Amino acid sequence: MSHHIVEVQGLEHVYPDGTTGIQGISLKVVHGESVAIIGPNGAGKSTLLLHLNGYLAPTSGSVRIGEVPLTRETLPEIRRTVGVIFQDPDDQLFMPTVYDDVAFGPANLGLPRDEIDRRVNEALSLMGIASLKDKPPYRLSAGEKRRAAIAAVLSNLPDILVMDEPTTGLDPFGRRQLMGILRGFTHTKIIATHDLDLVADLCERTIVLHGGSVAADGPTFEIFRNGALLEECHLEKPFSMQGCPVCSPRSGAGGQRV
Amino acid sequence: MHMADALISPAVGGAMWAVSAATVAWCSKKVKEDLDERKVPLMGVLGAFVFAAMMINFTIPGTGSSGHLGGGLLLAVLLGPHAAFLVIASILVVQALFFADGGLLALGCNIFNLGFFPAFFAYPLIYKPIAGKKATATRLTLGAVLAAVAGLQLGAFSVVLETTLSGITALPFTTFVLLMQPIHLAIGLVEGVVTASVVSFVWKANPQILEGRFAGASPGSVQLKHVALALLLAALLTGGFVSWFASSNPDGLEWATERTAGTSELAGTDALHSLMAQIQEKTAFLPDYSFASPAPGASGESGRLGTTVSGIAGGLITLALAFLTGLVLKKRLPGRG
Amino acid sequence: MAGIAGAFTNLDVLDLLSTGDTAAHRLDPRAKLVTVLLFIVSVVSFDRYEISGLLPYFFFPAVMIPLAGIPPRYLLGKCLALLPLALLIGAFNPLFDRQPLVFLGPVALSGGMVSFLSILIRFSLTVLAAFILVAVTGFTGVCLALERFRVPRVFCVQLMLLYRYIFVLSGEASRMARAREMRSRGPKGTGIRVFGSLVGHLLLRTWDRAQRVHMAMLSRGFTGEFHIRRPLKFTAQDAAFTFGWCSLFLLFRLVDLPRLAGSLLTGVLP
Repeated sequence: MSHHIVEVQGLEHVYPDGTTGIQGISLKVVHGESVAIIGPNGAGKSTLLLHLNGYLAPTSGSVRIGEVPLTRETLPEIRRTVGVIFQDPDDQLFMPTVYDDVAFGPANLGLPRDEIDRRVNEALSLMGIASLKDKPPYRLSAGEKRRAAIAAVLSNLPDILVMDEPTTGLDPFGRRQLMGILRGFTHTKIIATHDLDLVADLCERTIVLHGGSVAADGPTFEIFRNGALLEECHLEKPFSMQGCPVCSPRSGAGGQRV
Repeated sequence: MHMADALISPAVGGAMWAVSAATVAWCSKKVKEDLDERKVPLMGVLGAFVFAAMMINFTIPGTGSSGHLGGGLLLAVLLGPHAAFLVIASILVVQALFFADGGLLALGCNIFNLGFFPAFFAYPLIYKPIAGKKATATRLTLGAVLAAVAGLQLGAFSVVLETTLSGITALPFTTFVLLMQPIHLAIGLVEGVVTASVVSFVWKANPQILEGRFAGASPGSVQLKHVALALLLAALLTGGFVSWFASSNPDGLEWATERTAGTSELAGTDALHSLMAQIQEKTAFLPDYSFASPAPGASGESGRLGTTVSGIAGGLITLALAFLTGLVLKKRLPGRG
Repeated sequence: MAGIAGAFTNLDVLDLLSTGDTAAHRLDPRAKLVTVLLFIVSVVSFDRYEISGLLPYFFFPAVMIPLAGIPPRYLLGKCLALLPLALLIGAFNPLFDRQPLVFLGPVALSGGMVSFLSILIRFSLTVLAAFILVAVTGFTGVCLALERFRVPRVFCVQLMLLYRYIFVLSGEASRMARAREMRSRGPKGTGIRVFGSLVGHLLLRTWDRAQRVHMAMLSRGFTGEFHIRRPLKFTAQDAAFTFGWCSLFLLFRLVDLPRLAGSLLTGVLP
């Protein structure tokens, strides 16, 4: 399905107060790719993500999802294709129960009740939270909330998943679990994050943003070996690529041996 | 100034329910027509914000006691009258159900007293003209204080009216007014100052919020004649309900005492009765006080005593039975308590 | 509202109680809403000097509390906590209505005393009824029932969103209040200026949150319409519950049962 392609060209966004969010961003993400977007705070990661399903309109440049250019008319179609998982699950889980929340998207599509029911149950069991469906969101743990928020997006059957900081606020176990689930997805994935170990683990390609434009775009492994680039962009190698002080005591903190 | 169920009559409660329900329906229609679906989450979250803001206390200058934000006027400033009214109403529903702040029947009164006046009177007719399109810090403060005071004065006065009309309290109208209005003058001043301090903070930090895609430009312009019309309607409805109820009952107090004393259907000729009557005549505090009862007869007093005794005995039995029922049920049921 | 924090704990406890699964919880929310409203209306419809006629209404909480597995001690504690309020609203009656109304042997009770007692009884009955309603129905249940009773959808959605975000924002507010307390000397003493900026900050954050929630709604196809309707089934059991209680309330309203029982016992009445 050609839907799975995300193409951004010459994207620029200037906020109403005059600050530039992003400028001159061009990139293409193809079917089934898993792409990380990294960069220091304020680099424009969130601004970029908000363009991908049309919440922000570009000041100039264009966004295409598959064959479809993002315009006012194509918004509903694009929002069905691109599922966005926001940073704070509390913003996303606004319905009284987990079930209602996961049903929110399908219900907006006007689907019949049994189809909604089927989709909700499928999404819930995919995320392993079928038992939580009657719980109100404020009674969930951070990890459960996160999974419920993802289920709420999956029930729309999107082709592309866009995630903003999916692992913040999770304990190591919850994070590991979530990464396991994400790895199993066949969707095209675009993940903005500071969790570089997650990037090393899940994404074969990484785009580095700095000051609102693309500083680097390439295979994750190569990006992480470019010490100068990382330093310039206030980033560090993921722990998994830093020399372990226990098994190789001489490598030091900088991890030059890799 | 939340009114409780215990102090209102069904006539007043019902009439005010009708008024508030109609206003909620009308505001819902207006908000829907507004076609700004951004308002949907905004209203919900701002309602929760008012609850949250109540958790933060401030010291009332010169008193050392602490107060918290009421929020009605602030909501009107942020959202415009129609949406604000709905948000205030929703807050009152939660308070009635969870905090026992005002009862379910009194909800109509409370929504009207605390929602209508800030949203449809204080904000559009006082705050907006004073604060104006080009607000300054002074104008904002002045507008907020005057609007909060006016809104609360009207609200308090309507509490007095509704309570007096209900006839459960014995507090005379004038005393009640003299009690309520000054207290709410003070509360209004504080509410106004606090609202002004929040509004001016927001005005400095993010004036867009106040320049109102939300509050200003909506079809929420309210005219004095509409407000007057709504008030008239409320008055007519309440008046109509109350007089209808009053005419279907014999005049309040007489009817009540008659029922309590039960004189009209009593003819206490028992020996016990007369004995009791004799004892009572000797010992009563007010022996020559004649009871305001339409039914004449010497046996009146003893009959009253008799019914009182039996009433107390019966009441105790009833309570004991209710308690026992509860106890038995608790034993029988696999309760989780 | 002295203990706002206490009120929130209370909200939390009632909310947890409402997740129970008892016969009372399983009833249709509409049945419970109608029954409780009728209960309250018939309680407050008595005239101001009524005492004995109100007492049978205690059967409703006496049955519902164990039926719903509500810890009675909790409800009792809540009612006691509200006692000052009840005393306050009733306290004027003995002051202003001094006409003797009832004689207990040598003691004359004034109309004000009697109506004061009546107010206390009304207060406890109506407060209990409201708490029982949320404890067995839950707030969402009440909203669903309201929606079925043709309360405008906009308002039902407002109630649901408000309730959902109370939990989020009260957490945020208490963190802010705590942060301020830790940097000042004790909990007291927030000036109005500091208050304005604290609450103002909270408001700005709330505003941002509303935008993010809106974003999340839009990205899942929100077009301004909420689909909150859930299949509710009004069964024979619900009908029996509503009809049974409502006819009992009517009986209590029309016949003064305690007085009747008392007269049977004491043989005073003919």
